[in-house]
Amino acid sequence: MQYSYDQVASDLFRPVRFNKGHIIWLGILTIALFLCLYAYSIQLREGLGVAGIRDYVSWGMYISNFVFFVASSLIGMLMSAVLGLIGMKWIRPLTRIAEIIALAFAAVAGLVIISDMGRPERLPFLFLHGRIQSPILWDVTVVTTYVIISALLLYLPLIPDLAMGKKILTKPKILVKVYEILSVKWRGTKAQWDIIHRSMRILLILIIPVALAIHTVTSWLFASTPRVGWNSTIFGPYFVSGAFVAGIASVVIAMYFFRKNYKLEKYITELHFNNMAKLLVLVSLVYLYFNINEFLVPGYKLEKGDAIHLHDIFVGHNAGLFWFAQLFGMIIPIVLLLFRQMRKPFPMLILAILIFVASWIKRYIIVVPTQEHPFLPIQHVPSNFLIYQPTLIETAITLATFILVLMIITVLSKLFPVIPVWEMQEEAELNEKGGQS
Amino acid sequence: MEEQDKLHDENQDEHHNEEKKQSRRKFLRDVGIIAGGAVAGGAAMYAGIHYEDSKPPSGERLKLLAQDGKLLEVDAHHVAEVHLPEGELLMKEGREGLPGHKWVMVVDLAKCRNARKCIDACQSAHHLRPEQYHINTLQMKESKKTAPYNMPKPCQHCDNPPCVSVCPVDATFKRGDGPVLIDNERCIGCRFCIAACPYSARVFQWFEPPMAEEDKDLTYNVELNVPQKKGTITKCLFSADRLREGKLPYCVSACPNGVYWFGDEMEDAVTNGTTKETVSFSELLKQNAGYQLMPELGTKPRVYYLPPKNRLFPFEDGIEEEHNG
Repeated sequence: MQYSYDQVASDLFRPVRFNKGHIIWLGILTIALFLCLYAYSIQLREGLGVAGIRDYVSWGMYISNFVFFVASSLIGMLMSAVLGLIGMKWIRPLTRIAEIIALAFAAVAGLVIISDMGRPERLPFLFLHGRIQSPILWDVTVVTTYVIISALLLYLPLIPDLAMGKKILTKPKILVKVYEILSVKWRGTKAQWDIIHRSMRILLILIIPVALAIHTVTSWLFASTPRVGWNSTIFGPYFVSGAFVAGIASVVIAMYFFRKNYKLEKYITELHFNNMAKLLVLVSLVYLYFNINEFLVPGYKLEKGDAIHLHDIFVGHNAGLFWFAQLFGMIIPIVLLLFRQMRKPFPMLILAILIFVASWIKRYIIVVPTQEHPFLPIQHVPSNFLIYQPTLIETAITLATFILVLMIITVLSKLFPVIPVWEMQEEAELNEKGGQS
Repeated sequence: MEEQDKLHDENQDEHHNEEKKQSRRKFLRDVGIIAGGAVAGGAAMYAGIHYEDSKPPSGERLKLLAQDGKLLEVDAHHVAEVHLPEGELLMKEGREGLPGHKWVMVVDLAKCRNARKCIDACQSAHHLRPEQYHINTLQMKESKKTAPYNMPKPCQHCDNPPCVSVCPVDATFKRGDGPVLIDNERCIGCRFCIAACPYSARVFQWFEPPMAEEDKDLTYNVELNVPQKKGTITKCLFSADRLREGKLPYCVSACPNGVYWFGDEMEDAVTNGTTKETVSFSELLKQNAGYQLMPELGTKPRVYYLPPKNRLFPFEDGIEEEHNG
């Protein structure tokens, strides 16, 4: 390790301030967000018909995007809980980044689903007239729970850093005040550490089933219907394994930018990219396994409905998107990452961006083609009912949700150190001791 | 009492000129009147209620049919008309349905010549756009070797409806007498039901409905689904409003070719919408090899089909073959 105990705090608190560049960046995001919100105002006024969805393909980009957001948020659970609990030390500088991403995607996922509602003002009906039989109710429940636990998993390990930060930071005054309030009189006593460690442990264990639940239930929105292409028993694990691929891509992209912009090369090292690459290969192989099951098994039998569906996505008009998603989202990364050179930061960034895009398209391929081939023929309707074509307005509304995620990540990563300071100090201390003995 | 009065009089004489005291007495008297009045009023109300209860039964007994189909007997003097606001009444009736019935439809595919009169009648009754179908006639061709045929396709009003299972807010519901209805004052527009329905029976109001302006003062009738509402689902209702009036559904009555039979499974009788002939429902199915659409999905449709024998109707235009049915 190249950092010493004394450096850690100053290195990691250095990026905590809003400089000109970030204010301009946030300004651009805000303007873009308002443009997209204008698109939403049109949808509110005219009706959902301003989107390309119609009576046959009635779930389009919004629902695909919702699935993608829920998927991306699962990474918080994988990094902090699964890897953390089994004692992987190298993930320590990355846990907060993963939690910020998880929280941002999970929180905005709720808004994505509202953008798909024909009557968004009736949202309270879910609580007033909710029917427990509906998977939508399960989804609302578990996503809310996941957002709360993710927020706590972000906040609790932040408390010691906040207490440290209020002494180190001098301006702006308001931020110091925020730190003081949020640090809830943390003094670092043994009793306080005990509380943090114990509650973290409980939350880390709790978040595993909750995270599995959010994406499994999301997959059941499809698998609980009798439609060809959705009527699958492995949709739960298929979605969860795919979620890890998408989530790791998001974290790698974030790691790269934080490392560069916040000058954190000493903390987020090539070793971390190398390890993330290996983790990515592992989850991609699991995902590949589920893909083989999902497509090969019905493809072998070719029942009537499956034959039409598979023909459409393998060689039909959705084939381009399908193969892009499968190749760039799974197969090519698995092969390329076998080579050491590809596990360096920059090649990893390129691969992660490709995987990110491919993962989004994969959700679209899961959601849309099934609806273009219902059991009974589509007849006597306008031609735009036959094939789904997203409109500019729904694209803008979808873009708005990504802008929101970026804004949340930007603000959180500027208000607080993106790497847990006290954990890095602990590491440094251990290393220094280790060096002496 | 007399003595008290006397005392009272004496007191009055004694303090005859003391105005102060007199005013106090006046105050006390006023309070007394008010309090007395209140007590008397309360007593009268109590007596009234008591009288109502203790009133000897009129002797006249009335037989009433309760909404769940039970026959009840009550004394005539207890009977009073209930006035619910029109909207509430329509909603209450619409959700409860018509007890003692199980509506079924039989579609004779051999008869359909794609006149599309059923569609016109339906769309005008429910204030729909031309591309919005509660019932649609599809041109079917099952294999290269078989001749094509026309298939009218309303909602199948499944007894195990996937759409109702997935609805998060009880907007779409299964009625005891068979129909699956939609309450567009409850629907949140999530379209999960569209995704779940294997028969593509559901329609969404993507824009302001065509007759929104004309219908805006109407009270919502859940059995007719009028007025239609933007951002909600609309669907075939088995013409629940017509069933309440004892009439056949709009599509059934409008058919010129005798395609539709409609009736009550509990009576085992169905009536043809064109000829008005009534036959045994079970016999009709048995003798004509009646079947349901995709029964393997376990949805238990309430719409039955009679096979398209004597397919003599060539199609002028091509038909879409790419479907999973």
